[in-house]
Amino acid sequence: MYAFELERPGSVADAVAALGGEAQPLGGGQTLIPTLKARLAMPEKLVSLTGIAEMKGISSEGGGLRIGGATCHADVASGTLASYPALAGLAAQIGDPAVRNRGTIGGSVANNDPSACYPAAALASGATIITSTREVAADEFFRGMFDTALEDGEIITGVRFPVPQRASYQKFAQPASRFALVGVFVAQFAEGVRVAVTGASGDGVFRWAEAEAALSSNFAPEALDGVTADASGMISDLHGSAAYRAHLTAVLTRRAVSQAH
Amino acid sequence: MPKDINEVVGRREDARFLTGTGRYTDDITQHNQAAAVFARSPIANGIIRKIDVSAAEAMPGVLAIFTGEDFTEVGGNPAGWMINSRDGSPMHEPKRPVLAHGKVRHVGDAYAAVIAETPEQAQDAMEAIDADFEELPAIVDMAAALSGDDYVHDEIGTNQCFDWGWIEDNRAATDAAIQGAHHVTTLELVNNRLVPNAMEPRCSMASYHPATEEYVLHTTSQNPHLTRLLISAFVLGIPENKLTVIAPDVGGGFGSKIYHYGEEALVLAAAKKLGRPVKWTADRTEAFLTDAHGRDHVTKIELALDAEGNFLAFRTETMANVGAYLSNFSTATPTFLHGTLMAGNYTVPNVYVNVKAVFTNTAPVDAYRGAGRPEATYSIERVIDKAARELGMDPITLRRQNFVKPDQYPFASAAGLEYDSGNYDALMDRMEEIADLGGFTARRAASEAKGMWRGLGINAYIEACGIAPSNLVGVLGSRVGLYDAATVRVNATGNLSVMVGAHSHGQGHETAFPDIVADMLGINAASIDIVHGDTSKIPFGMGTYGSRSLAVCGSAVVRATEKIIVKAKKIAAHMLEASDLDIELKDGVFSVAGTNSSVSFGEVALKAYIPHDFPITEIEPGLEETAFYDPANFTYPSGAYCCEVEVDPETGKVSVERFTAVDDFGNVINPMIVTGQVHGGLGQGIGQALLEHTTYDENGQLLSASYMDYTMPRADDLPFFHVDHSQGTPCTHNPLGVKGCGEAGAIGSPPTVVNAVIDALNSGGKPVTHLDMPLTPHRVWSAMQTV
Repeated sequence: MYAFELERPGSVADAVAALGGEAQPLGGGQTLIPTLKARLAMPEKLVSLTGIAEMKGISSEGGGLRIGGATCHADVASGTLASYPALAGLAAQIGDPAVRNRGTIGGSVANNDPSACYPAAALASGATIITSTREVAADEFFRGMFDTALEDGEIITGVRFPVPQRASYQKFAQPASRFALVGVFVAQFAEGVRVAVTGASGDGVFRWAEAEAALSSNFAPEALDGVTADASGMISDLHGSAAYRAHLTAVLTRRAVSQAH
Repeated sequence: MPKDINEVVGRREDARFLTGTGRYTDDITQHNQAAAVFARSPIANGIIRKIDVSAAEAMPGVLAIFTGEDFTEVGGNPAGWMINSRDGSPMHEPKRPVLAHGKVRHVGDAYAAVIAETPEQAQDAMEAIDADFEELPAIVDMAAALSGDDYVHDEIGTNQCFDWGWIEDNRAATDAAIQGAHHVTTLELVNNRLVPNAMEPRCSMASYHPATEEYVLHTTSQNPHLTRLLISAFVLGIPENKLTVIAPDVGGGFGSKIYHYGEEALVLAAAKKLGRPVKWTADRTEAFLTDAHGRDHVTKIELALDAEGNFLAFRTETMANVGAYLSNFSTATPTFLHGTLMAGNYTVPNVYVNVKAVFTNTAPVDAYRGAGRPEATYSIERVIDKAARELGMDPITLRRQNFVKPDQYPFASAAGLEYDSGNYDALMDRMEEIADLGGFTARRAASEAKGMWRGLGINAYIEACGIAPSNLVGVLGSRVGLYDAATVRVNATGNLSVMVGAHSHGQGHETAFPDIVADMLGINAASIDIVHGDTSKIPFGMGTYGSRSLAVCGSAVVRATEKIIVKAKKIAAHMLEASDLDIELKDGVFSVAGTNSSVSFGEVALKAYIPHDFPITEIEPGLEETAFYDPANFTYPSGAYCCEVEVDPETGKVSVERFTAVDDFGNVINPMIVTGQVHGGLGQGIGQALLEHTTYDENGQLLSASYMDYTMPRADDLPFFHVDHSQGTPCTHNPLGVKGCGEAGAIGSPPTVVNAVIDALNSGGKPVTHLDMPLTPHRVWSAMQTV
């Protein structure tokens, strides 16, 4: 790890002010700290977001949920159990207890790891990403592997989740990292069904339009008969070929539909 | 044989391990200590064109920088076993230098070392070294290495280290048996390379005292005396009496800490040059890249049978990867720890094994928990299972039909060993009972009802443990003897220190060994402590590997304690004015036979050190004895294992639902520790079978170089284990009757799991005959798509 300065502001305004120059925001540090330890990054200054009270916690807002960007996974898992069980289940499966008590939803969404779980929940729920300067729809926010709509110095202060009628997240864990080899979040709303897939695509989380169309007219596993995911553009690595990921996408979507509640 | 020592007690060492108060090498900080960091090759194969350290030397805190040039005058790290090829020529043994010189030969090969005031300064300076390599094509695939014109070591002009035949004289008979057989089952398989992944990464710290010219090396070692011997006799030439090697608490080894590594020599040289203690602590990436890996065999095995299913011959051809350099036991592992076990538990009359050891631009490969015996067991037990399926025979029946029977011991196996004891049918009986094989059909139906395919895997294994005896291993090519040693010191106040050559790094010696002495002397084990891991404190020792600690070192403890009893009886006889021939020892009391005249063990101990009235020409003061024990043979643990798996037909994911391990370890001293050793071995074996996947790409880059990609088994990957060791047949040649339990689980479980998965796939209508480990979901699913 190279030496760096650390600031720990107490408000979003102070954090934004601190994030000039080469400074980098630090959420729960579950990606950034290992990167620093491996000397793969050399920020001059880190601005920790974990001491900002206004960025923590879960509240009801307009029929949905607003989750502060600095809320850790464990708190999401326990705090949404009644209001949005599919999201709670997703949060409870991230990493291990140490990770879940450090890692934050804002950090995960901002990093947009192509195998992370939260982007699937945000995209399938039609969530809104609330930043220090604006609100961005999830459909506009996730732009590709490790790429988002965030500008330099912009902080995710919260995520607003509409709560679907029924939903389920099905994760097939990559055996070593236990990130999603493929994860599928299916959410049924009155207006239709949204299906978001993480882990599979080289472009990061994506909505599976064919499955959404089939499920919007009939929310049942059989509706997916004959619907296959396109393997082109999917990740091929040590743990699975593109064809395997495409296959898992269909399997997990079907399972998510049958287990949605 | 000590009696009544089968009670379960907690492990003494756990008090410090579970409270975070163990003392590992990296926990030790010395005054004025400097830090070492290594510059490691980013490429698999290349000529070192330039190493410019001038900028690095000018960095803050830098004290010294070493390169391969600094070690051209010292020796290389040797192979411990000399193997001759079939044509009688000796193996190729290229020099393994302290730091790479001329060429780098694998990713992670150290070519320079920086010593600085702090680890951070050393790392900063290491990054400022300007090294230039001419990259050469990486030699990764073994078959390509044997047929190609590029060499890992140009000076030997081949990538073949040796071409070994076992037993060469049996080759023609084996070929003839296969030629004329009713049925021959052939299987080509890969025994996957594993990264040991000890919880504690390697760490070495050296100090040097100019006034006395003495060195002290604290290091993560399973055998400090062996490390001292290698450094003294082969690498740096430091006199043994001037070098103390201390392995304090060590956080797991699994074989990877048997060996001497260049980092140990480097910190010793640096400590002398600087006159300061120098410490190096590996990070996890260095552990992945540079700890000696395990396994990595590619094998073709044939099993010939007659029309009744009797085994006629096993013939194997194996390529064994030794990596870029020969690690200390890398040449013994694929040969004498593998080829000699290729008759398995069977009366098969013909066995022939051919092993070609191959240099590649990968990390060195050496003994890893089981070391050769898992490879032998996997080949044998997989091909038997395939034969049973081809012939439509029950896999248990086929094995039983060919087992060595209890009345055949001692049994001379066709692979050249003499098994002293065993009862493989009794193990299979017990396994069938515990595993409830009668209920399998119902369990399979229940699995199918929820859409899962259930498979049953059976395995029988034998291994050779208690690695020794010196006369045998000497004939087989070992350059060291494989005895062990112990000193029993009775202190004046009646408590004991027992100095043992075996090093404990998870094996529980501090708990098990005192029980042996306490039982023999009839005293409380709590008054006995074990001392290990320090060459200045213990007489000698060949260390801990090959499931040898109790069978070899434990026997040395017995022999030393017997000497203590002989002398203590003389002292008691003197005190009781009787003949020592009339003295009996029972429950810690020495008495004159047939009288009520007695003295306690404590009184004898005190007398030994306050010998005011000793007949000094007959009895020396003191009560301390040393014994070296060299066994007559290996020990031969064996077992019958059973596993049930469920395969998810939609995803290919395998889950191990039930696992039964019935082992013959001979007598058992501490059942709890033995059970724990089996659990650990099963975890590693199931890890090999399903999860652990060491992968180099065609450029020799290790793709699975972190826990993001290398899957370590976790608790939720493993089922409840049914472990039983009630069917022991005592070893006939060591005084404890023990056989060794450390590796059994890792040896017996991989074929058990794979056999079960193949069975599950066949039950689901997928006639898969073989899958190479690890059976990842992707591999299993892919196999389902192709049949």
